[in-house]
Amino acid sequence: MTRNYYEVIIGLEVHAELSTKTKIFCSCKTAFGGAPNTQTCPICMAMPGTLPVLNEKVVEYAVKAGLATNCKISRDSKNDRKNYFYPDLPKAYQISQFDKPLCYEGYIDIDMPEGKKKIGLTRIHIEEDSGKLNHDDLGGGTLVDLNRAGVPLIEIVSEPDLRSAEEVEQYLRKLKSILEYIEVSDCKMQEGSLRADVNVSVRKKGETKFGTRTEMKNMNSFRSIIRAIEYEAQRQIDVIEDGGQIYQETLRWDDVSGKTFSMREKEDAQDYRYFPDPDLVAIKLSEEYIENIKNSLPELPESRKKRYLEEYKLSEKDAKLITSSKYLSNLFEEASKISGNSKAVNNWIISDISRILNETETEPNEIPFDSKQLAKLVMLIDNGTISSSIGKKVLEELFENPRDPEKIIEEKGWIQISDESAIKEVVNKILEANPQSIADYKAGKDRALGFLVGQAMKETKGKANPQLLNKMFLEQLNN
Amino acid sequence: MEIVELTVHELKEKIKNKELTISQIVQAYIERIEEKEKDVEAFITIQKEEALQKAKEIDEKTSNGGDIGDLAGIPIGIKDNICTKGIRTTCASKMLENFIAPYNATVMEKINEKEMISLGKLNMDEFAMGSSTEYSYFKKTKNPWDLSKIPGGSSGGSAAAVAANMVPWALGTDTGGSIRQPASLCGVVGLKPTYGLVSRYGVVAFASSLDQVGVLTKDVQDCSELLNIIAGKDEKDTTSVDVGKKDYTTSLKKDVKGLKIGVPKEFFAEGINAEVKEKILATIEEYKKMGAEVEEFSLDVAQYALATYYIVACAEASSNLGRFDGIRYGYRTKNFKDLKELYKNSRSEGFGAEVKRRIILGTYVLSSGYYDAYYKKAQQVRTLVMNEFDKAFEKYDVIITPTSPTTAFKIGEKSNNPLEMYLSDICTVSINIAGLPGISIPVGVDKDNMPIGMQIIANKFQEETILNVAYAMEQKLKFRENYKPNI
Repeated sequence: MTRNYYEVIIGLEVHAELSTKTKIFCSCKTAFGGAPNTQTCPICMAMPGTLPVLNEKVVEYAVKAGLATNCKISRDSKNDRKNYFYPDLPKAYQISQFDKPLCYEGYIDIDMPEGKKKIGLTRIHIEEDSGKLNHDDLGGGTLVDLNRAGVPLIEIVSEPDLRSAEEVEQYLRKLKSILEYIEVSDCKMQEGSLRADVNVSVRKKGETKFGTRTEMKNMNSFRSIIRAIEYEAQRQIDVIEDGGQIYQETLRWDDVSGKTFSMREKEDAQDYRYFPDPDLVAIKLSEEYIENIKNSLPELPESRKKRYLEEYKLSEKDAKLITSSKYLSNLFEEASKISGNSKAVNNWIISDISRILNETETEPNEIPFDSKQLAKLVMLIDNGTISSSIGKKVLEELFENPRDPEKIIEEKGWIQISDESAIKEVVNKILEANPQSIADYKAGKDRALGFLVGQAMKETKGKANPQLLNKMFLEQLNN
Repeated sequence: MEIVELTVHELKEKIKNKELTISQIVQAYIERIEEKEKDVEAFITIQKEEALQKAKEIDEKTSNGGDIGDLAGIPIGIKDNICTKGIRTTCASKMLENFIAPYNATVMEKINEKEMISLGKLNMDEFAMGSSTEYSYFKKTKNPWDLSKIPGGSSGGSAAAVAANMVPWALGTDTGGSIRQPASLCGVVGLKPTYGLVSRYGVVAFASSLDQVGVLTKDVQDCSELLNIIAGKDEKDTTSVDVGKKDYTTSLKKDVKGLKIGVPKEFFAEGINAEVKEKILATIEEYKKMGAEVEEFSLDVAQYALATYYIVACAEASSNLGRFDGIRYGYRTKNFKDLKELYKNSRSEGFGAEVKRRIILGTYVLSSGYYDAYYKKAQQVRTLVMNEFDKAFEKYDVIITPTSPTTAFKIGEKSNNPLEMYLSDICTVSINIAGLPGISIPVGVDKDNMPIGMQIIANKFQEETILNVAYAMEQKLKFRENYKPNI
């Protein structure tokens, strides 16, 4: 229970790949997954004599991100070189920003069970991504793929304001949703377009000085980040409790063993020798430029949530869940508009859709069907073409192989039976087969009715209109 | 006069009047190169076959009644740190001995657009670091005025080739004096344009905030012609500046009446050879006679320019040269067990001593704990130097100084004494530090018949002024008629 005497302090450096069409300093494409070194040119391969030209979209996207996270925007900023040798870094320096980031002193609010909490952002700066090293299975060496070299990134640095893995998760989800809303990053964690360096330290409660921190780099799944923080915090507490000392170092999180490992190479404190990049001119932003970007910002999750409470009368909890993702939120609004039944759309999203996303570890942006298809599903239930239990099957079909729900029920023969004579036939058949249930019902056991309806549903593979079924059983039983 | 002795503007006239074909001109140069290269050693790569072929094509085009530009077929030499597609660009380094760029530098694109004919790539100090061209991995270029002496550097191959009539003109680069100083020592005209006037794209970077492409020519008119071709904003170089289209040849009017000339006394102080000093002062007297107003003044911070220069230039170089790591192109050691050794040995074996010295210096001044004392301080001094020049140009149209503190020295005389070698740049570095344009023109010779160069400096983008002031003196002194290297 020593855990309770300690406070965990977490700060995050989140790297988000910007979704510009071209790289930050040349006109190569940024698309993910190309054959190695096909999206390269002399500039991003750092051939001698080549020069960088800053992609203006990168500045625009970064300023957007800054404004959406309540940052101040630098009117006068610059690019700096961060010098180090590594085969995935072809210039032997990364063009980044050192002492004059584009955005600084921002914050975002996260919702915790005990209420809102403000998480400070130290800065957001622009920089270029490095290439990738691939192990060569044939030759046994290492191969360099520079497709990713020069893909634009923003690095979002938080204050050490986070106090638990739960807060970190809320913070990351909020940040991800904001970046998605303003459409500056697709935030695909599996593809590495959103990744975080996590700094963890612990201190005894009441202590004002921070403890020594350790860093885990390039984490790209919520689950690993949470597990890693839990593990690392406990590890540090155990070390301190045993009278040991925490060393400032970079750790590697191993997802399989669920442990952090020291990288061993006692890095002799990397000196990056930052200095202003003489190949690039200062970034000067006018008031008008910033104002224009401010005016172009879309509605952000916080404001959407508020609107949903009033306009759609959603509960706080539902509104939060739906607005947590731009994709869910757009799905909700569009399907509600088309179907005219926001209540039903809301129910589908917060229950079945969310459940399936969880079960399959799918992110909302990967939902394969569109709002029209969801709206159609709602309408088919509303007009009695299918029952809601068939609806659930249709939804599963939509996840499997999205197409028009009307086609699905046609192909599958799932159209609801509302024909009285057909229903009557089923009812009679079930009653004949279950004399005991009739007796039970007559003896006052209402549950027997439920059983009979269930049997009839089974018989019709769920297609019978449940209201009709109920009504006709009652008629027969009470006769 | 022989073909190779003609200036480009003279060649142009003869082509126009059909007195000479392009093939005759190129042939004459190839013969000259073949005759003199063993003495001068100005070239790293000679493009003989290609040049002759191109000349033939252009002649065929004209004989078929085709239209060619006025510079089509004019030969040129290119300093070997300017990337040329398909031809190796070595920077006179073992590191890039076999490097062939898959692209042209923007200045090369411009040269090619005019259908000029490259005769080859010219020798230099490795990665443009040096003042004597002795630091080339391949060969030591000789001064055509005295083959036992250095041609200056780092564009020593360019200056020597022009002086020895092996090319009619050449491109060079100037980071701290690398065009002006060899031009001065070889008795030719060398112009370093304002920082930003010419694109740096495709020029292998030494010190990005100081590097500038410029020209080495036989006379000031050729200098203006070639500047016309290479100047201009380039979208691939964001530090290049758009000053509009200019014709620099129209500014050559000889008239210097009322011109205000500032003479900074610090540039005539200790360390400047007496003969050099005397000759420059005498030349300034000539301007006075031509109606210019001359005033001595103090350019106080200039004394810190050399130290500032070596900090800034080395810092940038240490970063710029990081990409030569043996991974993607260039020299890779055969001797390595792991990544660290691959880096270490490739760079140790691929770079020469002077390059390594500057990388180490630059790495040091950028290191945490030293950054403020060196790099930051140097940037502050740089601002002071700029301010001081700004102030001077409120009063003067041009500033005149010697280009080099001495005439050409003996091969081997300073190559083992870096500090002494660095002092060769004492008159030129502050101009790079301030981003100003500067020209060196020959104004006479010393008692050993070695050329003395005079530096004319003007405010940013005032190349017209410089060229006119230079032209006026050139017409007056007729240096080329009076003095020739005996080669």
